[in-house]
Amino acid sequence: MRLLPYLRPLLVLLALFTLLTGLLYPLALTALAQIIFPWQANGSLLTHERAVIGSALIGQPFVDPAYFWGRPSLTEPVPYHAAASKGSNIAPSNPLLTEQIQARLHILQAADPENPLPVPVDLVTASASGLDPHISLAAALYQVNRIARERGLPAATVTRLVQQHTETPLWGLYGQPRVNVLRLNLALDGLQSTP
Amino acid sequence: MMTAIIQIVFYLLILLLLARPLGLMMARVYEGDPGWLRFLRPLEHLFYRLAGIAENQAMSWRQYTLALLLFNGGGLLLVYLLQQIQGWLPLNPQAVPSVEPALAFNTAASFVSNTDWQFYAGETTLSYLTQMMGLTVQNFLSAATGMAVLVALIRGFSRQHTTELGNFWIDITRTVLYILLPLAIILALFLVSQGVVQTVAAAETVPLLEPMTASDGTVIMSQTIARGPAASQIAIKQLGTNGGGFFNVNAAHPFENPTPLSNLLQMLAILLIPTALCFTFGQMIGDKRQGTTLLMVMLIIFVSFAAMTIYAEQQGNPRLDDMAVNQQVNDIQSGGNMEGKEVRFGLVSSALWAAATTAASNGSVNSMHDAYTPLGGLFPLLLMQLGEVIFGGVGSGLYGLIAFALVAVFVAGLMVGRTPEYLGKKIETFEMKMATVVILIPPLVVLLWTAIAVSSTAGLSGATNPGPHGFSQILYAFSSMGNNNGSAFAGLDGRHPFFTIGGALAMLIARYGLIVPVLAVAGSLAGKQKIPATAGTLPTDTPLFGGWLIIIILVVGALSFLPALVLGPIVEYLLL
Repeated sequence: MRLLPYLRPLLVLLALFTLLTGLLYPLALTALAQIIFPWQANGSLLTHERAVIGSALIGQPFVDPAYFWGRPSLTEPVPYHAAASKGSNIAPSNPLLTEQIQARLHILQAADPENPLPVPVDLVTASASGLDPHISLAAALYQVNRIARERGLPAATVTRLVQQHTETPLWGLYGQPRVNVLRLNLALDGLQSTP
Repeated sequence: MMTAIIQIVFYLLILLLLARPLGLMMARVYEGDPGWLRFLRPLEHLFYRLAGIAENQAMSWRQYTLALLLFNGGGLLLVYLLQQIQGWLPLNPQAVPSVEPALAFNTAASFVSNTDWQFYAGETTLSYLTQMMGLTVQNFLSAATGMAVLVALIRGFSRQHTTELGNFWIDITRTVLYILLPLAIILALFLVSQGVVQTVAAAETVPLLEPMTASDGTVIMSQTIARGPAASQIAIKQLGTNGGGFFNVNAAHPFENPTPLSNLLQMLAILLIPTALCFTFGQMIGDKRQGTTLLMVMLIIFVSFAAMTIYAEQQGNPRLDDMAVNQQVNDIQSGGNMEGKEVRFGLVSSALWAAATTAASNGSVNSMHDAYTPLGGLFPLLLMQLGEVIFGGVGSGLYGLIAFALVAVFVAGLMVGRTPEYLGKKIETFEMKMATVVILIPPLVVLLWTAIAVSSTAGLSGATNPGPHGFSQILYAFSSMGNNNGSAFAGLDGRHPFFTIGGALAMLIARYGLIVPVLAVAGSLAGKQKIPATAGTLPTDTPLFGGWLIIIILVVGALSFLPALVLGPIVEYLLL
């Protein structure tokens, strides 16, 4: 079988498709996205007085008991390292998993010794991206008393803030009721800076 | 469980509503009528003129195969070379260096074969240019290749007394211009509206609200957030059942999949074309019920596997039962096994995705399958091992299922002592040999590679979880590569050349070892006369035949993989 007749269509089509789908398509789409949805296309960046203060979609680490805490993150070298996402690949049968969860339980309970409730599962299990910006509504409500005490606020005020920041599932079906931790913490700070 | 069922039903309803018109439109495209997209005709003709292709020039199955192999070979070389020289090329704002050769070969083989196995970590290994001109291009072309093979096979059934199967160059050009590109543009814009990034700017640095102290005592004040032209790639990665992520954690990354709506759209995109092709098939062979019968077979297996995956995950991890952890499924938390899952999707949308992405040979993940409960991981694993014919890859899923249908009519024919027929063509020794090859290559590759892995230190170096789950990680890896899926139990340490180079070979064999015999069958069938159905013909458009086909698929899958599954997920389940 002669290969020569295949050479021209092969090379020309490979070149044309590389230009069309590899350069023209992504670059034209970038231009369109930057015109129609500039905020989303650039990373949903939150600003305060013109300065960028975080992304609405990327979680941040919190360990101060006066802030709501997010999901445990397994990114390296530090948690919530958004330059290199990494999820949890620890099997349920791996003893490491139960050790890690036990350690997280201790920290949560030490910060809030009076809370007798079992901890909502998403608060002690590592996320899939290491950057999960949300916690479940249950995980937020679990932390309300601790936040109220640490900040000297009435628990009802904090609960109301959580409810205001609760995002609902799509059409009541897809996803779960959840709270964006960074946005909630920013609102907490805002609550006290504006008397 | 009730809302889970409603979620599945609603998802499939939207899917079918979208897939039917698309499938009929695709049938017209392959017959040369692009409908309202005919304003792109001049572009199509320009491509042919520059490439020196005559529109009436048809190919025999050998010519079609040769063109396909050469074209895919060229693509492989291009992706490999791009990774080797990306360090010196533009659109590399994070200044990532060139990729190590074995890994580059793995990624090239993976994208050309429509597997998109992800040993690379997108944001730290590949430049924007490589993602665009290497991976995105192959997302289009590998998908178009699969669809072209299916169309050639359909022509084998619908034509008679001919050697002509159509023209490979024309089929892929039409697939890209009239089907994949328009769909990708629409989906990509939808995704950007939800928050998927699409920029050529470098990573953004933002301050941390609460500064963090690292383990070595340094205080970290800011967070660097990787970005890039992601939406354009993600749209086609889902539509073309490719699945390779822009970011390391794939569709679990908030910038790849930011909201429950983006998640639903991507889940629809994963199954859209494989579903639509069932309608295309029915339309092109002139018997719609044949297409819907195959679609029902896919749907029945998919729904039952998806439901079992969701149920297994909702049971949570029994090891946490006596700890102070609340795994309950209730109104304010999705509960269950949340390790390696994202809160915005919740448990059901994560497990449903896992079933969809392994039923289709997509392989993108929105949760980490490695952290699934033993049974929650078993069903996705088995969906791949069934040969990627439950939806499967675009084109490849349906031609794989047709191979199973040939075996089904053959076995049924043996029982009653008649020559088997399918779609009006006699199925004889040659077709049966080829169909058997198509069905047996993937299990052979999966089991052989797994066996070598677990009996060598090189292979065992991959397991990162102890006990039977470590075995599952290896079995999952080769089930994925040996069926061109691309998802992983991603804890697997794949740095050893056994995985990079050996895995690349598995992917290439699983792709082209099937394409060549399928095209040979197409060539053989096209030459045969169509025979009218008689009273003795086994009807292949009935629920009875659908049920029979399901049994054949499950029996072949179970016979091949039950022992291996017992050693992995089932032992792990019993140990928990």
